[in-house]
Amino acid sequence: MSTEDKANEISAQAQEQASLTPSTDPEQPDPDQGAGGPITLFFILGLVASLVLGWVIFPQLLYSRKQQPIQFNHALHNELVDEGCESCHFFREDGTYSGVPKLAQCIDCHEEVQGESEEEAKFVNEYVLKEREVPWLVYSRQPDCVFFSHVAHVKLGQMECVTCHGHIGESESLKPYEANRISGYSRDIWGKNIAGIKFNSWDRMKMDDCSECHVSNNVNQGSVQTLRGGCFVCHK
Amino acid sequence: MKIDRRSFLSFVIGGAAGTALSPLPWKLTDDLSIWSQNWPWTPVPQKGETTYVNSTCTLCPGGCGISVRLVEDRVVKIEGMAGHPVNDGGVCTLGVSAPQLLYGPTRVKTPLKKVNGSWRKISWDAALDEVAAKLNELRSSGQSHALACISDSDRGTVPELLNRFLSVYGSPNFIRTPSILDNYELALYLTQGVRATPGFDIQNSDFVLSFGSGLVEGWESPVYMFRGNSALKEKGGRLDQIESRLSKTAAKSDKWIAVRPGTEGALALGLGNVIIKESLFDQDFVANNTAGLAEYQKLVTDGFSPAVVSKMTGLDAADITALAREFAGARRPLAICGRGAGTSPGSLQDFLAVHILNALVGSINRDGGLVAVPEPEYISWPDVEMDATAAKGMQQARVDGAGRGKYRSTRYLLNRLPEIVNSSQDSPVQVLFVAGANPMYSMADTAAVAQAFDKIPLVVSFSSFMDETAASADLILPDHVFLEGYEDVPFARGLPQPVIGLAQPVVEPLYNTMHTGDAVIQLAQKMGGTVGDAFAWESYAACLEETLADKWDTLLENGYWVDDEFSIAAQPQEFETDSSKFEFSNSDVNALPVYHTVRAAGDDSFYPLLLVPYDTMRLTSGYIGSPPFLVKALEDTVLTGNDVLVEINPATAKKLGLSDRKYATLTTPKGKAKVKIYFFDGIMPGVIAIPRGLGHTAYDKFLAGKGVNYNTLTEPLEDAATGLDAAWGVRAKLSKA
Repeated sequence: MSTEDKANEISAQAQEQASLTPSTDPEQPDPDQGAGGPITLFFILGLVASLVLGWVIFPQLLYSRKQQPIQFNHALHNELVDEGCESCHFFREDGTYSGVPKLAQCIDCHEEVQGESEEEAKFVNEYVLKEREVPWLVYSRQPDCVFFSHVAHVKLGQMECVTCHGHIGESESLKPYEANRISGYSRDIWGKNIAGIKFNSWDRMKMDDCSECHVSNNVNQGSVQTLRGGCFVCHK
Repeated sequence: MKIDRRSFLSFVIGGAAGTALSPLPWKLTDDLSIWSQNWPWTPVPQKGETTYVNSTCTLCPGGCGISVRLVEDRVVKIEGMAGHPVNDGGVCTLGVSAPQLLYGPTRVKTPLKKVNGSWRKISWDAALDEVAAKLNELRSSGQSHALACISDSDRGTVPELLNRFLSVYGSPNFIRTPSILDNYELALYLTQGVRATPGFDIQNSDFVLSFGSGLVEGWESPVYMFRGNSALKEKGGRLDQIESRLSKTAAKSDKWIAVRPGTEGALALGLGNVIIKESLFDQDFVANNTAGLAEYQKLVTDGFSPAVVSKMTGLDAADITALAREFAGARRPLAICGRGAGTSPGSLQDFLAVHILNALVGSINRDGGLVAVPEPEYISWPDVEMDATAAKGMQQARVDGAGRGKYRSTRYLLNRLPEIVNSSQDSPVQVLFVAGANPMYSMADTAAVAQAFDKIPLVVSFSSFMDETAASADLILPDHVFLEGYEDVPFARGLPQPVIGLAQPVVEPLYNTMHTGDAVIQLAQKMGGTVGDAFAWESYAACLEETLADKWDTLLENGYWVDDEFSIAAQPQEFETDSSKFEFSNSDVNALPVYHTVRAAGDDSFYPLLLVPYDTMRLTSGYIGSPPFLVKALEDTVLTGNDVLVEINPATAKKLGLSDRKYATLTTPKGKAKVKIYFFDGIMPGVIAIPRGLGHTAYDKFLAGKGVNYNTLTEPLEDAATGLDAAWGVRAKLSKA
């Protein structure tokens, strides 16, 4: 059989099949009229599924949730101290920032159980008496590639704690700590909103948020190393 | 509804569109970039409060003051202590690497006992009991003098405790590891009659003539010498370096004088010849404060004219004369001796020849000269009560032959020990303590040393690290690292003033280690009797505090104590010899005014080359092994991969048919090694060089198996006058691998 003959034969078979189709499945729309129905449906299905995956399931998978070792009441403590946040989160003599208080500071008041709070009792029994440091989980810890100086912002820049840390000082309990399973850092750096949308200055602490403030206040926009571009201001 | 290819594709396209409209790809990209910029396995210094503790570095005998930076309870950096008389803020590469020694993998973490060739952990009590039992057994059999101890120093409380232990036990065999200090002490003793250490006031000199001393390569107190060298340059002074190889010091000098290796002492005598012949010497000093010039004059006039010395050294006779004139004509000239970092003693006659140059120009006990720094005297413990065994043991001759016969002036002769042990049927040493030393690595002819140590029934190492000696010992009683405990540092090598440093605990001991001072005290107390009575201290720390008495508070606060009343200018020009004068000649020893050329071991027809070792600040060659920071900093002209490079003059190499950077076999009468060739124009034809400090078999993967240990290739050469190892090199041959 020549090639031409074979081609004719296949073509004939195709015509035969096409003429048979309506009779075998009368519900099926004529393919020549376009496959709009099911194709659109599948497109929408894929779209919706991936939107659900990206917006709802992915954030759930991305972060692990951990409770703080002790439920600390900032509001309660804030009422008892004279110097606000700096009473416990103080600057050392050399200007370095102490960060989260160590046991040594807590012991000043909590050498023994004082109130009726279960959390306090747990704190005293588990940590104070055993002389173990509390493994606090720090929501605002920046990645290691970032150099950040508190004294430059709080003392020299006269910034309020709230600007970056929000109203944690008025909170009565600590929210669960969410760690990014890939980078290991806190969710608060990217922000609670998975789309990265922020409403308050403290909602997000990414590089753009730092530079936004540096640009608007026209501070430290060039690093001493390069004299232009501010990369080395934070990425030493 | 049928799911066909089209519907599947539209599902995928829908999915792609939805994914693009969701935060997933953007967030994942961001997280991955943060992850990759902060690899979680990269160590990051912990955050916390920064504090500083003043202490003293004990990694070498330099005695530098250090300021240790801690974050919380972690040592993160060693800095030089500003204002310290030795280093004034400076610190060397080994000093900054100390945290690696503290936290590194090579620490011995608990007492260990070797059982059938493998280590077994043992408690401190059991370990000390075992040593005490063995020592009591030895003592009761009248063999107390069969105990010997090798220590890196004989000064300071820990060596003194060890020595006291040996005395009251009944053994005279306390042995200090050799260095140029042996010869300098002897030179000072023979010429000036003092038991003192030499101090070099390089900072106030205007012409330093160095006979091979590595002023910037670890000679004496390294950082003090760096400072001295800098001050010399800043003040317009001059440094001339006499050396067969363009060392770092030679490269930094004002004039590099390349002499044949081993002829430095002859050159010193040649200079003396010119100085005397032309009456260039300090007339006042020589006339009033010296004796025996005639004999010296006869020696140099007869045997060391510039023409003769020219033949020996390879220098021009006119250059020798000119150098002598320039040296003697300088306002504050200073001649210094001891090759490289000074780890090998060398020949006494060289030291005497160089020391006498200083006397000729009057640079003894004056600013810019050589000062005899008195030995520290703060240790005054109650006398020990010697029982009959101890008294009898102390009457025995020292096992190394020091202090009697032809070597009567020498204090310690560790280099003679291996041969003495190997040539006896039963080892004369039955129990050996090794503290602060690694003789299995750092002594010449390591094979013979290993054989001797093998013959000693009980070798007890006090090392903090699994070094070669510890690895082959029978018992390890690990000491703290210096950052974990108190210890006095009785002097700083080469510093022209007395200073006492204090090492302080910077961190709590990391492991189950014990300060050697405590180990000795507890061991003595376990043994009881007069031995126990001699160690009535509660602990080493208590002993130290009591010993330092009124200096303790100053030491705690500043980290060092200096004798304010000491000044170089106030040092006597009257000496403690019989004549009260500086003695040019001495009949006590077989050294000057007789001069013997020290030849390198080996037959020169079979071994046409001379192999010499060199020192670098990037390697250590004593008790402390080089930490990773140092090995990492080695140039590729010293080590590439695991291969050491042997420096050879291209002219010599071409004659031997060797190519640059290619493998070769280095052979000496003592051993063979695979090396790589390095063409170096800075080395004299016919001479080749490898660094000291490589070729470790112990320690960790960062140090072991890299390069070749020079000591495996060489052998000790007994100095006729002192018995000390006078070898400066060894004959060798190189052939294509």
